Amino acid sequence: MAETVTMPKLGFDMAEGVLVRWVIQTGEPVQKGAVLAEIETDKATVEVESNFEGILAQQLVKPGDVAPVNAPIAIIAAPGEKFEPTAAGKTASPAPAGIAEGAISIPAAPAQAAEASEGRLPGNVRASPLARRMAAEMHINLEQVQGSGPAGRILQRDLKTYLSGARTPSRPAPAATKPLAPPMPTATTFATASPADQTIPLARLRAAIGRRMVESKQQAPHFYVTHEYDLEALLALRVKINSLLPEDEKISVNDFIVKAAALTLRQFPNLNAALHGEQVIQFGAIHVGVAVAVESGLLTVVCHEADRKPVRQIAAELRTLATRARQGKVRPEDIEGSTFSVSNLGMYEVEHFIAILNPPEAAILAVGSARQIPVVKDGQIVPGWRMKATLSVDHRVSDGAEAARFLQSLASNLEEPVRLLL
Amino acid sequence: MARITMREAISQALWEEMERDPNVFILGEEVGVWGGTYAVTKGFYDHFGGERVRDTPIAEAAIIGTAVGAAATGLRPVAELMTINFAFSAMDHIVNQAAKMHYMFAGQITLPLVIRTVGGGGRQLGATHSQTPDAIFAHFPGLKVVAPGTPEDAKGLLKAAIRSDDPVMFIEHATLYQVRGEAPGGDYTIPIGVSKIQRPGRDVTLVTYSKMLEISTKAADQLATEGIEAEIVDLRSLRPLDMAPVVASFKKTNRCVIVEEGWRSYGVGAEVAARLYEEAFDYADAPIQRVAQKEVPLPYNRTLEQLALPQVEDVVKAVKEVL
Repeated sequence: MAETVTMPKLGFDMAEGVLVRWVIQTGEPVQKGAVLAEIETDKATVEVESNFEGILAQQLVKPGDVAPVNAPIAIIAAPGEKFEPTAAGKTASPAPAGIAEGAISIPAAPAQAAEASEGRLPGNVRASPLARRMAAEMHINLEQVQGSGPAGRILQRDLKTYLSGARTPSRPAPAATKPLAPPMPTATTFATASPADQTIPLARLRAAIGRRMVESKQQAPHFYVTHEYDLEALLALRVKINSLLPEDEKISVNDFIVKAAALTLRQFPNLNAALHGEQVIQFGAIHVGVAVAVESGLLTVVCHEADRKPVRQIAAELRTLATRARQGKVRPEDIEGSTFSVSNLGMYEVEHFIAILNPPEAAILAVGSARQIPVVKDGQIVPGWRMKATLSVDHRVSDGAEAARFLQSLASNLEEPVRLLL
Repeated sequence: MARITMREAISQALWEEMERDPNVFILGEEVGVWGGTYAVTKGFYDHFGGERVRDTPIAEAAIIGTAVGAAATGLRPVAELMTINFAFSAMDHIVNQAAKMHYMFAGQITLPLVIRTVGGGGRQLGATHSQTPDAIFAHFPGLKVVAPGTPEDAKGLLKAAIRSDDPVMFIEHATLYQVRGEAPGGDYTIPIGVSKIQRPGRDVTLVTYSKMLEISTKAADQLATEGIEAEIVDLRSLRPLDMAPVVASFKKTNRCVIVEEGWRSYGVGAEVAARLYEEAFDYADAPIQRVAQKEVPLPYNRTLEQLALPQVEDVVKAVKEVL
């Protein structure tokens, strides 16, 4: 009853995925819910979790290979399907260590049989479950531990011996693995010309962003409306709130903006919308996407129902989502389903910028930095805090006046920020 | 605490429960005038009379069938099967009637039935009279299966079995009746379905019950002379099976040997080992070992019989395998 793991469909438009890395190797035990592999889709690198429990009997796809959705990528077998119980092996005539025990009886391409039997022991090491757990907890590489159990199995006591030995100076240092110092640059190094051109293939995410932005710019007639906001009150409120919160729960300006935009969208359902053929779908729920810069591009993580959540919760969720996105551990639900987006370059000293619509959404808000500038107040020039935001809108769905009124309403939320706490 | 034999402990429990509750009665082959094949009910007939200590024909299906009917209609029968090997003649009444009635009548009927019976080998009674089929009965939901290894446990568990509203297979061991042990006097019960640490230790967990508790204890004594401390967990009940002390002990010692008198295949050891792998896999430092009866019909010849039954040396050897 071996189970087949297939390439999951991680988004409504996903047709294929690249297997980036196997997390669990052939022969290793697999728990239900354990991360089997990492897969790169158009949008992100995501972890594939196992729906089955057993031993990873065979990997059908190599790292770097593309597999269509639903194609088999691995086979998980029950432990009993492959391993003779050790106790039975003892009462019978002793089999040559390993060979009989590890024989794999799952359907496999004959060419790969040898490869599969090589990896029958997790990490190519014979170790007790307890030793494996301890080694994982203590970050010990079991390959460096001498096993004293039957057939060289590594036991708890071997780890203890290893640990006591590792701390004594008599143990030879692993000299071979020491990183070599970079070679001293020579005169010729400086004499040579500039580095040659490099050709870098587009990462999948980069390519996907390209496709979607071209599609957006070509199909959606964009227009842009910019508004300047007085951020004095909001910044003061933020200082006050953050003084009450622990370091890892501080609220950013952007968290307030997400909340403010979400609240404002309640009054502007036409901007929380998407064009679908001859119809505009005005979404009932307000899911705000927030652009996050990641290594190979940009991801929009989604704060679902942001209008209903307290700012503090929005902050916590976005922090988690952004962290996952930056680590490449994003989950499909993290990036699916936004109905409106916010892109904020405020941390880069940007006065203002305009964003390209994130299809199929009808609007996106581009937020610049909060800057201290001279402002006119009661006929006097005084210092003030201002921030510019630009709304990009799909002209097939809405017009300038509606966009302008949205930005005005947004002002009442941002400039009277107590409203965001209600 | 007095030192009493297993026979006295079981006899006391029966006597006290019959005094306590007029609905309790005994039926079985030779339990009355003769006083029981193992002399457990000696004196009962004279004291309680033929109404409550009933001799039956040699017909196990009739004994258990009668007892099931009596229990379903309000009495608390303690039916004796002379040996567990004869239970197969009454199998339908045990597993199809007793074990199922409460369930099939949606709880309208309770079945406060105890089947006292005797299992185990070692008395040269031949292949058909020496079996240890405890696991077979523990397989059936709806039955409780109890198999004590000490007089104290036997008395407390039998009293609990008689007071239980569920059918209980109470399996005594043919070679334990003369074994003496400390037991509190008077009325006490021990809950069914609670395993017990009979001996603490840090190096290996021995899981056992009934007669094999004695064998395991002797093995532990021998191991102790070599500085190996075995912890003995006595299951006492096979169903419900209380794994908590077993798991806790295994997490401490990381090694386990299960000692049972029945055959290894599909046995108690298989069940306990499987549960340990399910509940404490990451604590295993060695494959779990099972010590069990050789997979043959138990021989009559004394030497062969002893060779087929689990011995102290077998347990010691298995412990050394896992250390």
